[in-house]
Amino acid sequence: MTIETALPNPAATRTGRGIPPALFVFALLAAVPFVSTWLGTSYYMTLFSRIMILGMAAIGLNLILGFGGLVSLGHALYIGVGAYAVGILSRYGIVDLGAHLAFMLALVVPVACGIGWVSLRTRGLGFIMITMAFGQMFYFLAVSLKIYGGDEGLVIQARSLITGRGLLETPAAFYGLVLALLAATAWIVHTLTRSPFGLVLSGARQSEQRMRTLGYPLLRYRLAAYVISAVIAGLAGCLLADLTLFASPEYMSWTQSGTLVAMIVLGGLGTTVGPLVGAIVLLLLEEVLSSRTDHWLVIVGPTIVAIVLFASRGLYGALASGRGSEP
Amino acid sequence: MSAQFLVSQMLNGLQFGVFLYLMAAGLTLVLGVMNFVNLAHGSLFMVGAYIAAASFERSESFAVALLGAVVGTGLLGLLLHGTLLARLQQAGHLKQVLATFGLTLFFNELVRIVWGPSSLYMQLPDALSGTVAVFGITYPAYRLAIVGAGVLVAIGLWLLVHRTRIGMLIRAGATNRDAVETLGVNINALNAAVFVLGAALAGFAGGVAAPLLSVQSGMGDPILILTLVVIVLGGIGSSKGAFQAAIFVALVDAAGRTFIPLILRSLMDRSLANAAGPAVASMLIYCVMAIILAVRPGGLFAARGR
Repeated sequence: MTIETALPNPAATRTGRGIPPALFVFALLAAVPFVSTWLGTSYYMTLFSRIMILGMAAIGLNLILGFGGLVSLGHALYIGVGAYAVGILSRYGIVDLGAHLAFMLALVVPVACGIGWVSLRTRGLGFIMITMAFGQMFYFLAVSLKIYGGDEGLVIQARSLITGRGLLETPAAFYGLVLALLAATAWIVHTLTRSPFGLVLSGARQSEQRMRTLGYPLLRYRLAAYVISAVIAGLAGCLLADLTLFASPEYMSWTQSGTLVAMIVLGGLGTTVGPLVGAIVLLLLEEVLSSRTDHWLVIVGPTIVAIVLFASRGLYGALASGRGSEP
Repeated sequence: MSAQFLVSQMLNGLQFGVFLYLMAAGLTLVLGVMNFVNLAHGSLFMVGAYIAAASFERSESFAVALLGAVVGTGLLGLLLHGTLLARLQQAGHLKQVLATFGLTLFFNELVRIVWGPSSLYMQLPDALSGTVAVFGITYPAYRLAIVGAGVLVAIGLWLLVHRTRIGMLIRAGATNRDAVETLGVNINALNAAVFVLGAALAGFAGGVAAPLLSVQSGMGDPILILTLVVIVLGGIGSSKGAFQAAIFVALVDAAGRTFIPLILRSLMDRSLANAAGPAVASMLIYCVMAIILAVRPGGLFAARGR
């Protein structure tokens, strides 16, 4: 059996009134810098920058997971590749954001094409296990690259420059860039899922055989979706490196990949903004718990189990459909 | 490089293959019969190692330690299956993956709370702490005993699956579980039995590995991922495939770690080779996996695709 039975029908949550909750989420995120400045600290801007960056990766992953029905358990590897793209270039004195993004694309696209082509030939369980194994492969690669810090990670001297100027130096400016890129990502994914391309992807999830009979070359569609979602994760990785001024093998550990999947399921599988909501809730929970106890994972673990058992439609799915059913 | 070095590297590879087989045999049965993805299998390995190390410290008896690991993880498997995993049986792979991922985070932290943040170390049993002479080299007796134990377990498992009534039901369940259920077999009890067997095998592997590794939180994760590679290459649900693939994976890994640094050193500057050697060696098995799957998506040893 495949995972399709576990997925809600995207059409059910994509009602005409499905947009306002998304706007609500983005309005809240846009208010964070003002609240943070009012409180006299940049802490909340940094925290929410990280949340938005991982939320962006989750939105990207959801393109293949929620809409395409392909459970990739190695997607953090592209976050890591994006982070190392920034780290490696910075180390050689190339600090321009454009150059970083270009280098990220030059790394992520071929890697995703190769891994996607091999993994997508398998189905269901095989795909889960193989994407996880590839994630581990790149984790080991990063750990053993001693010239780039090995398992201690790679410290980045300063945030990327735009046209030679330090436009992103202030937390607010960086926050603005992340928010804008996040909104753009959400819009692109939303548009893609409603395009003929996205419908083929969803159709393949619901009935692979039917789509094959209709003559669609599914491997090509799925590979394209896989590469797009990898590039989004790579972009998130670039931003994460710029935020933390650090690139670490931990960015691509399998627990990071699993956390991305947990965000998606918590927020809502068949929705564009759901994974972002999942990221906000999960990472805020993590932040609160880890400030109180070193053993916070002992609570987060069972929380994820509870999400599986009880959040069948996801937080955002419940929110959006609740609104949609109003007269 | 001497022939002795080569033999001892290959024996190390064989011994690692036995670990992978013990892990993969249990997991592939659970996958085949229950169609269930259990990422917490690595946690069971870890818990087995912790129980063995902790009970060896108290009892000073290796037999007690190993028995504790097997029984403890078996009971833990029964508990997990009864409380949670049976409910996820029909829930689809995504939910199974995520729930068992949550369990892994939980157990990795739980062992830190119960046994403290620093690693535990376990001594070798006195009877096996020496070395023996095989193939013209002296080799640690304990490691050789692991290979022997692995072969015994493999034979026992083969007999169980192919020569007993419960084994027949396991094979039938893997082929068509609905038909087996219709014939009046209590499929839940069968599932529980298979799950406990898999858990106990993982606990056994952990207990046996405890004297060779530092017993610490997260030690099961890398083993789990290599186990998944073994299962994919062996063909999901195939015990025989798991055995062949485990030995294959371990030998390729050992050969990579032995030869790749040497080859690189002959090709490039020594310092560069020393930097690149471990990187290439640790990636080798994944590259081999990618190539094999590109050619044969159903796995290398699979008799049937699934």
